[in-house]
Amino acid sequence: MIRGIVRYLDERSGSAPLIRKALRYVFPDHWSFLLGEIALYCFVVLVATGIYLTLFFEPSLHQTVYTGSYEPLRGRTVSEAYASALDLSFKVKAGLLVRQTHHWAADVFVVAIVLHLVRVFFTGAYRKPRDLIYYLGVGMLMLAVLEGFLGYSLLDDLLSGMGIAIAYAVALSLPVIGASFAMLVWGGPFPTHAFETRAYIAHVLVLPVLIGILLTGHLALLAMRHHTQFRSERGTEARVVGYPAVPGYAPRSLSLAFATAGVLLLLGGLVQINPVWAYGPYEPGLSTNGAHPDWYLGWLIGALRLVPGFDVHVLGYTIVPNPFWGGALFPLLVFGFLFAWPSLERRFSHDYAFHNLLDRPRDAPWRTAIGAAFFTWVGLIFLVGSADRIFVELGIPYTWQIWIYRVLVFVAPVVALFAVKRVCDELRVNELHPFRGMTGAVVVRSPAGGFTEQRRRPDRE
Amino acid sequence: MKRWLIAFLMLLLGRGQKPRQLPPPDPVLDAEPPRSPGSELLVVVLLLGAAAAAIVFVVVYALSANTQLLGLSMGGALVLLAAVFYVIAKRLVPQAESDEPYPQLIHQPEQEEVARTFEESASRLTRKRLLVVAAGTAGTALAVAVVTPLASLGPILDTDRLYRSPWSRGRRLVDAAGKPLKAGEVIERSLFSAFPEGADPKDLAAPIVLVRVEGDDLDLPEGRENWAPGGIVAYSKICTHAACAVSLYRAPLNEPTAPKPALICPCHFSTFDPAKGAEVLFGPAGRPLPQLPLEVDGDGYLVAGGDFSGPVGPAWWGVRKR
Repeated sequence: MIRGIVRYLDERSGSAPLIRKALRYVFPDHWSFLLGEIALYCFVVLVATGIYLTLFFEPSLHQTVYTGSYEPLRGRTVSEAYASALDLSFKVKAGLLVRQTHHWAADVFVVAIVLHLVRVFFTGAYRKPRDLIYYLGVGMLMLAVLEGFLGYSLLDDLLSGMGIAIAYAVALSLPVIGASFAMLVWGGPFPTHAFETRAYIAHVLVLPVLIGILLTGHLALLAMRHHTQFRSERGTEARVVGYPAVPGYAPRSLSLAFATAGVLLLLGGLVQINPVWAYGPYEPGLSTNGAHPDWYLGWLIGALRLVPGFDVHVLGYTIVPNPFWGGALFPLLVFGFLFAWPSLERRFSHDYAFHNLLDRPRDAPWRTAIGAAFFTWVGLIFLVGSADRIFVELGIPYTWQIWIYRVLVFVAPVVALFAVKRVCDELRVNELHPFRGMTGAVVVRSPAGGFTEQRRRPDRE
Repeated sequence: MKRWLIAFLMLLLGRGQKPRQLPPPDPVLDAEPPRSPGSELLVVVLLLGAAAAAIVFVVVYALSANTQLLGLSMGGALVLLAAVFYVIAKRLVPQAESDEPYPQLIHQPEQEEVARTFEESASRLTRKRLLVVAAGTAGTALAVAVVTPLASLGPILDTDRLYRSPWSRGRRLVDAAGKPLKAGEVIERSLFSAFPEGADPKDLAAPIVLVRVEGDDLDLPEGRENWAPGGIVAYSKICTHAACAVSLYRAPLNEPTAPKPALICPCHFSTFDPAKGAEVLFGPAGRPLPQLPLEVDGDGYLVAGGDFSGPVGPAWWGVRKR
């Protein structure tokens, strides 16, 4: 039967040589290479569950009286979007499962992308000839964050409504064009009905298609250039070693795909997420304490909270409003750094060569140190977003925390830079594994009877 | 007819005969000895488990559609399938690794040929620079024309709309249910929300917060001496930082160690002093909340004494500071 199918395809497309090559395509094996695959499978789950959700969701802010099965809100005037989200959760069989799975998948999607990025950064996988693949990946991260934000903002619940209000303030704060830009995007002063339909078409069509296009490029270029690998006996700059797609790698990847989808469905079924009925519908005059966005916006809310209170004024007129610093400039710097890094590194290291072998983080101490400083900086600002929870849980006054963070964001990256550089240098000299390395020293007795400490582990080259 | 008979006979005789054995072709993969059948049985058990979980999903859907059970059964089925492929990958398929060369990275002659194809295609041109300028002009103009219809999305030049407010002198204050608010209802150490009577409560400039400042703490900016009848002050509820509603009121109950009363926005914790014209005490807000002058009418109801002291909500380039 297999023979028949192959013959059928080959006679009509001439693709047997291509299929043969695809089956033998080699995948190097390392646990950290699976992060990107998890992101890919999350995207598949997102598309599948997302299509199902569009069949029930009503993207409209026209007001209606809620008559559904959720007792506390019955009789309340809410938007059609909010009402349909409630019906989707309580009336539609399996609707809540799919909705929660979709939401969980979005959160895990961005986690996987960020971890994948960290892996690629610290092993130097982004170097030529794969820098283009890296740029496409960072682009997808930007789109994924925006896509997630628009997605949960569609429901018109109080929590997400506050998020849109903040986005509007950030849009208004852009220098020179702010007011016009916000009017353009919202179609008038916030809040508007127009924004809902715009966010909807962006969320269900424009952004997913863009992500799909970048993803196609990302994977096609990867297939053309092949996967990177760590150095091994057979794995060199010239040859890639690993499991062939068939029979070795395909079942491994399928296992990961089903595991990803399975865990997302278990989360969607068993762990509540974004219970919009508990938040109530959005009104501009309402807000709630302890409100946090989805995790991947934590760094932005942290930045908005961290900036000291000042607008830039000239002659009694505001020039640059405060949300610009945390909401626009900060993400610009973060993504600017990520996009600029490969060429910056080439410029300063004068390393213009092709690289198929990965560095261990210690092999490039300055890259690892700069990366550690960068991720420490962004990570700290992410933590600022949870300062109010820390106050509730641990009782450390909020204002103290903010002042501590205002100092730490300048000090900690510098400390991280030099500490990590030092650790890398030490590890390189001693050739130890940072976590399971030998802690003792190897002492060798020479034929003459003297003792010397061996700096390198005997089992390494 | 005779030929048909012979053919039929040959067919009958040929049946049951084994086809001639061809020598087996060289294996594509290196042969590996079969594993004990245990792994294969494990796969069978896991597959049947996945089938059972999938059936449970359908049954649960038909009966109660309980979300937890649906997630457990479908998620369980997929996790079992993941286990199936894990066992197949680790135990059942040949484990040999293979290698192949990394693809060639530079195709120098082809690069050269591509570049020259374009260069030579333009070899008959004599006014190259002029053509480039003209093409650039056409391209830019066309690009501008193509994006122009996007301006229909919003009133990009009409930013005065951002200043609009439903408040004016004499407009009564009502609560969320539309009931007019009496000055006597605004008690100390509590926060009240109000809207202009008859206006759209979803208008960003509509919601206000009211608090009654205790004793002689009141210290409003110059010119606002009559804005707070009985110590009741009113401010726009929309935070001047990022447009969230300022819905927290820190009213100390255990003076004098507690910090002084403050209005706080729960989004980024901008903190405003209601006694001093909502000046910023802490947090990222760059300017005070606009104040609404208040009056009490003959029946004891609160009414607006005019419009806000400044533009409502988050700031933008060129907005008046107060």
